[in-house]
Amino acid sequence: MKKLLLVFIITGFTPLLFGQYPDGKDILRKIDDNMISENRYYESSMIIHGRRTSLTFKLKTWTAGDTKSFTEYLFPVREKGTKMLKLDDQLWIYSPSADRIIQIAGHMLRQSVMGSDLSYEDLMEDSKLSEQYNAKVSGEEVVDGRKCWIVDLTAFVPEIAYHRKKLWVDQERNIPLQEELFAKSGTLLKRTRLSEIRRINERWYPGKILFKDMLKDGQGTELVIDEIRFNIEVPDHIFSKASLKK
Amino acid sequence: MLSFKLALRNLLGAGLRTWLNVVVLSFSFIIIIWTKGILEGWDRQAKADMIKWEIGGGQFWHVNYDPYDPLTLDESHDRIPAGLISSVQPPVPVLITQGTIYPGGRMLSVLVKGIPPEQKILALPTAKMVSADGEIAAIIGKAMAENAKLDTGDYVTLRWRDRNGTFDARELKITGIFDTNVPTVDVGQIWIPLAELQDMMLLPDEATLIVTPENAGPGEATEEWVFRDHEFLLADIESIIRAKGSVGIIVWLILLMMAMLAVFDTQVLSIFRRQKEIGTCVALGMTRGQVVKLFTMEGALHSVLAAIVGAIYGIPLLFLQSVRGIKIPLESSDFGLAMAEKLYPVYSAALVAGTILIVMIVTTIVSYWPSRKIAKLNPTEALRGRIQ
Repeated sequence: MKKLLLVFIITGFTPLLFGQYPDGKDILRKIDDNMISENRYYESSMIIHGRRTSLTFKLKTWTAGDTKSFTEYLFPVREKGTKMLKLDDQLWIYSPSADRIIQIAGHMLRQSVMGSDLSYEDLMEDSKLSEQYNAKVSGEEVVDGRKCWIVDLTAFVPEIAYHRKKLWVDQERNIPLQEELFAKSGTLLKRTRLSEIRRINERWYPGKILFKDMLKDGQGTELVIDEIRFNIEVPDHIFSKASLKK
Repeated sequence: MLSFKLALRNLLGAGLRTWLNVVVLSFSFIIIIWTKGILEGWDRQAKADMIKWEIGGGQFWHVNYDPYDPLTLDESHDRIPAGLISSVQPPVPVLITQGTIYPGGRMLSVLVKGIPPEQKILALPTAKMVSADGEIAAIIGKAMAENAKLDTGDYVTLRWRDRNGTFDARELKITGIFDTNVPTVDVGQIWIPLAELQDMMLLPDEATLIVTPENAGPGEATEEWVFRDHEFLLADIESIIRAKGSVGIIVWLILLMMAMLAVFDTQVLSIFRRQKEIGTCVALGMTRGQVVKLFTMEGALHSVLAAIVGAIYGIPLLFLQSVRGIKIPLESSDFGLAMAEKLYPVYSAALVAGTILIVMIVTTIVSYWPSRKIAKLNPTEALRGRIQ
């Protein structure tokens, strides 16, 4: 019994005594190395769970860095052919029914996409965490059977949507399995669960992401990645307004 | 005078036919005056309410502010300038931003408006924005309270973005619900103390618009602040009332047409049936012009009698409505413009006199039209009563 207690005390306090928690910033860099790519193409299904029914949208998206993104709706039929182009903080939307391109100011990026729990910002941006947040590991926990570091992030750049984040990062795969996004006041705003982690080339990437707005009822919005390719050759014309009407 | 007496005697002698025409024509009088009175009453009431609840003596708008485009709100604020107007009563700065509230797990987009609780210019009960223990006190309108299912004393989470675009969220306590006829200060809006909103938005001493007191005189615009006077701020309500007025005109035109048709019909019938009388008049020395005048006067006298009959039942009816008001069955918020639960029609002397004059002129023209035929009648044939 005494031996057991000794083992418990040693294992419990060792990280505190010897500073065994890794550097938070290192973890962020590893996450960025794993998740961020020069460019990527993916096909996904966005399932918005409402109070009574669920809506499914199928999309294909090209992104390059955190400034360029192009998305085309494939399903449902009424939205098929709708395209969105984001260049820096400008957003253009093409609607085939109206056959018109509408330019929307940067503020629109903060609005919800089709009534989902995601904003255009959430859906189309791909910024490096290490360039926006300071990080500190505050503990470890098991999520979905995987040992994770709990990393507290505080923004050091002023112009950012979420001042504070909390990540549960898989210790071996360097991918967050859970993310909590907080308001400046400390109120929990959103929770994201990443699951169906799979190996794609040298990366670990989620097959499913569940976004949940914690202030409202509902089961959140799922983003299911059907296919993803990294660092492919993306023709320049994809990120041009001409491609919206093609 | 002779032809007037003769015309009146002929008219009264026609009995029921005359009185039917007169009653229909009197309806036309009353409906015209009534509809115009309601619109006039609505116009006055809506303007007075908007001045009382929202506009004050006029507003200074930040140069980028566009109330129809909430996406521009992020760029339409600046430091409150000193000395915009010379007035004893201080102007009221208002800061506006977009936010989201979550009443009962639902998500509702709102406009969050910051206003000094001590302000005295607008009728908003801002003095109720008092709370303890660092809570943010908020007041909302009745329509907003019903839509969000909120009551006094309830708490609701507000989420907003500060000037840097960073999300923040706080609990608001509803400390007052006001009942107003002006939906533009009620629907989809939450009012909180200005200092709190400036602090939340990281915009110290800034505002989106500044409400000036009444009788402060016209303000002087600066590069950042543009003065909007009553004419500009009430233009929307005026154009809506004008549009409603044109619908009213169509209704009374139909009524007037029906009445005129009756008068015209009566005139045609008279000339057809009273040919012997026309022939006798001419044989006795009346010129054709005098006979035309007699018949025209007979027709025109319908409108005089209609005005008298209309006055008998219309004055008490319209007076009662102007005192007691007319209850509007729909919620004012359904219209999206200022409309009281009860409308008090306003009947001006010009409205009544103008309506009587218009109806009389139209009736005279309609009476003259068929009477012109008399001038072409052959008196001997007419005397024999032969149809020509």
